[in-house]
Amino acid sequence: MANATYDVVIVGAGIVGAACANEFARRDMRVAVVDREVVGSGATGAGMGHIVVMDDSEAQFALTRYSQKLWQVLRNELSADVEYDQCGTIWVAADEEEMGEVTRKHDFYGDRGVATEILDAKRLKQSEPNLRDGLQGGLFVPEDAVLYPPCAARFLMHRAEQHGAKVILGASVSTLGQRRVLLSDGLQLTADIIVNAAGAWSAELTPGIDVKKRKGHLVITDRYPGFLRHQLVELGYLKSAHSVATDSVAFNVQPRRTGQILIGSSRQFGAEHKEADQAMIVRMLQRAQEYMPCVGQLSAIRMWTGFRAATPDKLPLIGPWPGDKSVFLATGHEGLGITTSLATARILVDQITGTKPEIPIEPYLPSRASKEHAHV
Amino acid sequence: MPQSFDILVIGGGPAGIAAAIRAAESGANTGIVDDNAALGGQIWRRARTESVAEPAAEWHQRLQTTNVSVLCGTRVFDQPEPGLLLAERHNDILQLAYQKLVLATGARERFLPFPGWTLPNVMGAGGLQAMVKAGLPIRDKRVIVAGTGPLLLAVAAYLRSHGAEIPIICEQASWGKLARFGLTLLADRQKTTQARQLKRDLAGVPFAANAWPVAAHGHTAVQSLTIMRNGRSEEIACDYVASGFHLVPNTELAALLGCQIRGGFVHVDHLQRTSLPNVFCAGEPTSIGGLELSLIEGEIAGLAASDRVPEAQRLVADRKKWARFARRLDRTFSLRNELRGLASPDTIVCRCEDVPHSRLREHGSWRAAKLHTRCGMGPCQGRICGPATEFLFRWSPDSVRPPVFPVRVSSLSAERTGQPEHTKHEEANR
Repeated sequence: MANATYDVVIVGAGIVGAACANEFARRDMRVAVVDREVVGSGATGAGMGHIVVMDDSEAQFALTRYSQKLWQVLRNELSADVEYDQCGTIWVAADEEEMGEVTRKHDFYGDRGVATEILDAKRLKQSEPNLRDGLQGGLFVPEDAVLYPPCAARFLMHRAEQHGAKVILGASVSTLGQRRVLLSDGLQLTADIIVNAAGAWSAELTPGIDVKKRKGHLVITDRYPGFLRHQLVELGYLKSAHSVATDSVAFNVQPRRTGQILIGSSRQFGAEHKEADQAMIVRMLQRAQEYMPCVGQLSAIRMWTGFRAATPDKLPLIGPWPGDKSVFLATGHEGLGITTSLATARILVDQITGTKPEIPIEPYLPSRASKEHAHV
Repeated sequence: MPQSFDILVIGGGPAGIAAAIRAAESGANTGIVDDNAALGGQIWRRARTESVAEPAAEWHQRLQTTNVSVLCGTRVFDQPEPGLLLAERHNDILQLAYQKLVLATGARERFLPFPGWTLPNVMGAGGLQAMVKAGLPIRDKRVIVAGTGPLLLAVAAYLRSHGAEIPIICEQASWGKLARFGLTLLADRQKTTQARQLKRDLAGVPFAANAWPVAAHGHTAVQSLTIMRNGRSEEIACDYVASGFHLVPNTELAALLGCQIRGGFVHVDHLQRTSLPNVFCAGEPTSIGGLELSLIEGEIAGLAASDRVPEAQRLVADRKKWARFARRLDRTFSLRNELRGLASPDTIVCRCEDVPHSRLREHGSWRAAKLHTRCGMGPCQGRICGPATEFLFRWSPDSVRPPVFPVRVSSLSAERTGQPEHTKHEEANR
């Protein structure tokens, strides 16, 4: 392979890189994607794979909802192995305080056109019989979905390739910037637009961006069709996992199309080794059994870890990097990269092609970070 | 509270039994762990009605006279910290602490996918033998034995002695290779005797070299098998197919611990020491060499682990002899190229996840195939399709992660408590 020139070079073949590749390529731009591994091998392959609306902030809601709608449009075109399944999310309330959060969430979503349903204790138990007794209720979000992320990324990448994108796998990027992407084998790719979509590793390629690795653990069980019907998330999540400073676990389970159950979740800063942390696994699985005691009897066949790309304000970085005119960022999606990949790609391409985006993009611009730093 | 051992042996086949006996002789507090209901491994597995055959009887007897703690039905799934293993036993989770560890985890059959290999009653050769030992009636059933390796003959003889009819044994190795192998056997009286016995047991059973299974046919279960024999295909009626393509070592636990793996086998020195201090390995994980090599390696490991190096060294010459036999096995029963083409596009390669050959062919690596097809991600954790795809596509295997066997979620989340008992013991001695 020789040195080559493209309109766009995307670094990272995760779901965000794949979505961007597809979005650029279908506008007839010459696109190359580079990844040191295979398509969907980073956080995309390690994560759960949900398409969810979130309400941590207005900006987070806007991005997740916009992207969810894009997934709904794409849904019928997805290949079967993407396993898109609109199973819905139930936010589980353990106590009165959390039931108050159910009402707040219900109103928040309702005001913004997302239908949800408040479940009392009885309805919750009917919806998910394997939950323990004594829970207060929950909020059912019927449009939420799950999918199998590596195949979703591969689907998007195939589309990009059909539009002429070149996918270069097994190639490490040593530097990027100044209209150049230099690979460790010496090959150089030139492009006016370089997109850093390297997720948890993006800060190594563009020093100065505030993206940190946030480690997560997951466990998957053998097949138990019907054991779990919806994605379940505890509302204690709000008290634990969203606190940025400490290690935390939260009850989050997801049914796979195969009948397997994915059990999460954990969040850790400062743990950079790939091996599972025994203490986190223990805490995470004990939390799951607090909500669903019979999970303990299921056969666990694998566990693994992955690294989310986390930003201080929990919003992704989408747009031009102020430090280099040729560098654009599409990273920092933390646990929502699968959901927001499609919207990320749209917003980025809108910015570059001068199209008016469908949602306000200011909250996601990388330039916001430098402004915040000025305050600190 | 962890149970604590000076020397802990994982695997209760011949290598593990020999290691445990030699280790315990010196007075070391020794334990042996096996996931089956009884010791003996695959080769010494027996039906309840059967008496123990020589030489297994002799070794079982020796084990009984030594002071070895036997933990059967116990499956090790993780090492959360050096010197401590976690295992599942019935509904319990065990913590097993050790000073020295001997891995004797044995081998498993290699399966190669061919059309129809997933039909009911197409089984592994060793697998079918184990089922017959467990009570599966085989009298008057027609069983085609096909694949490669000396196990085929042993299984055929066993099944025949239990009343099965063996229409043919298909060995993919060439006559030339088999002849050379046979000649080398003549040099050893023990092997020659075994071979003569097998010949008597299999008198009248057609044996074909240069022959391999091509497709199994049937609706609810296998009814016939097409074989390729000397370049011609023929279909033979049967009730069972016993098919295995020699053995692959069980190296998962060794890999999890961090032992160096070379060419697919656990790397050991002349005293069975792995690349990790205090971790030894014996038997099939170090090379596929059969019973005699496993026993000697087990003895060496047990002696070396109990610091009786001079005694261990006296066995090294014998080990070398049997290691040569292992290399001959390897050469004789290496897989022929034609076997790479047996699967058709829709032949399932990964049974756990129903992944056909056509979906795997698109991928360039085991990692990519796993991610995008879930090949190897089911309950067998790639133990069956991993060796198959390694041969079919020349993919190299992934790193090993805990748990090395599926375990209950509650076992993964059990908290570890307390100090190993030996610590207290040592303190009391001071």
